[in-house]
Amino acid sequence: MTTLATLRGSIERIEAHGDACTPGRVALGHADADATLQGGLVVGAMHEVFTDAGRQSAAATGFVAGLAGRVAARRPLVWVRQDFTEIESGALSMSGLAELGLDPRLLVTVRAADVDTALRTAADALACDALGAVVLEVWGEARQLDLVASRKLTLAAQASGVTGLLLRLAAEPQPSTAETRWIVRAAHSPPASSLMPAAAWSAWGAPVFDAQLVRNRHGPVGRWIMEWKCDECLFSKPAAYPQPVAAAPAHRPHQTPARARQRRAS
Amino acid sequence: MGTGSHSNQVYADCVDLSAVENASKQNSNNDPSIVVAKQNNALQIFALDDAAARLGLEVGLPLANARAICPQLRVFDADEVSDAKTLNDIADWCDRFTPLVALDLPHGLFLDITGCAHLFGGEAAMMRLMCEVLTAQGFAVSAAIAGTSVCARTITRHVHGRIVRDGEEADAVKPLPVSALGADEAITRGLRRAGLKTIGDVASRVRHEITARFGADFTTLLEHALGQGDAPICPRKLLPDYIVEKRFADPVATEVVISATLSRLARMLVVAMAQQGKGARRLEARFFRTDGAVRTIVVDTGQPATTAEVIDRLFRERLSALSDPLDPGFGFDLIRLSASRTEIVVQQQRDLDANVHDNDELAALIDRIAARIGGRRVVVHLPQDTHIPERAVLAAPAQHHLTAATHAVWPARVEGEPPLRPLRLFERPEQIKVIAQVPDGPPARFVWRRATHAVVRAEGPERVAMEWWLSEGEMLTRDYFRVEDEAGLRFWLYRDGLYDREIEQEEGKAVQPNWFMHGLFA
Repeated sequence: MTTLATLRGSIERIEAHGDACTPGRVALGHADADATLQGGLVVGAMHEVFTDAGRQSAAATGFVAGLAGRVAARRPLVWVRQDFTEIESGALSMSGLAELGLDPRLLVTVRAADVDTALRTAADALACDALGAVVLEVWGEARQLDLVASRKLTLAAQASGVTGLLLRLAAEPQPSTAETRWIVRAAHSPPASSLMPAAAWSAWGAPVFDAQLVRNRHGPVGRWIMEWKCDECLFSKPAAYPQPVAAAPAHRPHQTPARARQRRAS
Repeated sequence: MGTGSHSNQVYADCVDLSAVENASKQNSNNDPSIVVAKQNNALQIFALDDAAARLGLEVGLPLANARAICPQLRVFDADEVSDAKTLNDIADWCDRFTPLVALDLPHGLFLDITGCAHLFGGEAAMMRLMCEVLTAQGFAVSAAIAGTSVCARTITRHVHGRIVRDGEEADAVKPLPVSALGADEAITRGLRRAGLKTIGDVASRVRHEITARFGADFTTLLEHALGQGDAPICPRKLLPDYIVEKRFADPVATEVVISATLSRLARMLVVAMAQQGKGARRLEARFFRTDGAVRTIVVDTGQPATTAEVIDRLFRERLSALSDPLDPGFGFDLIRLSASRTEIVVQQQRDLDANVHDNDELAALIDRIAARIGGRRVVVHLPQDTHIPERAVLAAPAQHHLTAATHAVWPARVEGEPPLRPLRLFERPEQIKVIAQVPDGPPARFVWRRATHAVVRAEGPERVAMEWWLSEGEMLTRDYFRVEDEAGLRFWLYRDGLYDREIEQEEGKAVQPNWFMHGLFA
């Protein structure tokens, strides 16, 4: 009897260990980013998305919504937000979310009055394994979101397998136990080229992000221009963007030197 | 004593009012004190203490007369608001005897004690207990138990502590003066002038005579006082479907005991509900403190709660998140758990469909969060049939609308189009300064939150007309533009009003239209 129990116990431990070693990953769709992330975003972990300025909040929100849409995979999504973010950068609009190709029917919004409540609610939601993802949206510097809080969220996410996405608007990155950390800005719509005339109004307006991966626990970092494909619900490399895109930071005022060098090389 | 089928009503007349109480506290040398209120443009005595009553003063006497009788009288103004609050507090306390407590303003309470008296050792013991405690708190109490509420009230106006047996109402009230009925002053005076001094005198007359002279209402009142028919009392709270409670010989104050008691009560409640296949949608825990204060904590659930664990957990969440924590003071002597709203539980078959299970878990999570931070703060979104962007979505409490939201039909997006609606929408559009090349053209530059943005690309206008058929104030047609600035930020702006048509010209000079920032695109 005891031998059997011991054996069962050890098998369980091996299996649990094996699961922890190869966690599920969800591909983002952007080939370079997926390669850097070794297959995609880890499920059942915390991921942080930062914006350095408040006016970039919509871009970061779009990026987080995209990540949530990728990992949630038609399961319910809980979006916990602090009251202040709504005043400062607008409320999350369901029509807008639907336009991005995500399903507003699967979204439950929690309007937390302050960071403490939001944090506690998010930890609670992360423990519920019926969810696809939990988004916690916090404005500005929050001393409550320290290493301890971050660890708690990570443990809850690991235990339930629910992915936690922390959206920090107008905040500086701090030490945390997150799996990945991104800084997101809005990128230009693809500029007019000979192939795509400027007058074509439909050539712009698709969400394009300048996503910088500044921390990756199990791999290198990088910076990419990503476009969110609303119809396919995935990130992709914008086709009409001037090359090279992956390496060059988008905010560099002129990309002519890079292109000139390329021409010289060829 | 009354049998199970017969209903018994206690009427407690708590005459002593807070103002009088305050008066007696301030009154060190036992001067007679009265409370006055303005009636018919004259200050009259509203309530008085024993010392004043011994001097021959009575309720309704004008203040000037009272001062003439007793110059050293201490006078206080009546405070009806705090009196009503005190009466409510007493009614809260009386909830421990029966859930059916009705107010009889200005200073009476009806308690329907049918089937409750045996819990307190009989009707007499119950009334004694109630009066003792109220007297100890400084109230002058007059109580009676009778088969009808009006009869009990009539008796309290004259004697204290009387219990009228079933069928003896008429004998009990007949010797009392007509003023005890509590009819209008004019009716009482009219009866006295007619020589009808006691209720018995009035009852001996033929009814139609009384009705012809004093109205049908008075006849009804008289019949109720005599025990012929009864006016139903109007309880302050609806009777909960299920009640379980625990009384303590020694008041409890520690958190451990309180939470253990709640768990035990939850188990009892669940057993009671399960017998009838019910689940609780609204639960109420009431904590009766020894000093009379009563605290009520309400928890709502989205799905009928059928297990003690769920109920227990919801209350733990709620109690831990209270902004003013439960203050046991000198301890609670009664904790009561009631299910004030219940529903028949539909047994769902658990099969391989994981969706059902997932929905249950989500509903349970919503209940827990709502218990902690309030039901209005956990919302789902329902599409609305309107073109006005800020009204296109309704945020409804998730506890009650989860099913509706999961089955809602949202307008389908146009394939291949970039997003036409912003991801973040300002609840209140923010006014911006815009420079446009032509007044009804797209903006060229704009200033939003003190930063200037140069428009690189613009698309529009998308014209949204307001709903004139609702006609709630004059709202102007909006021309929406999607614009992108040089940093790649995408905005949703609108111009309020059609240029040259809706916007009036002032003295032949065109007025510049107002522009607003309404949302941000990802």
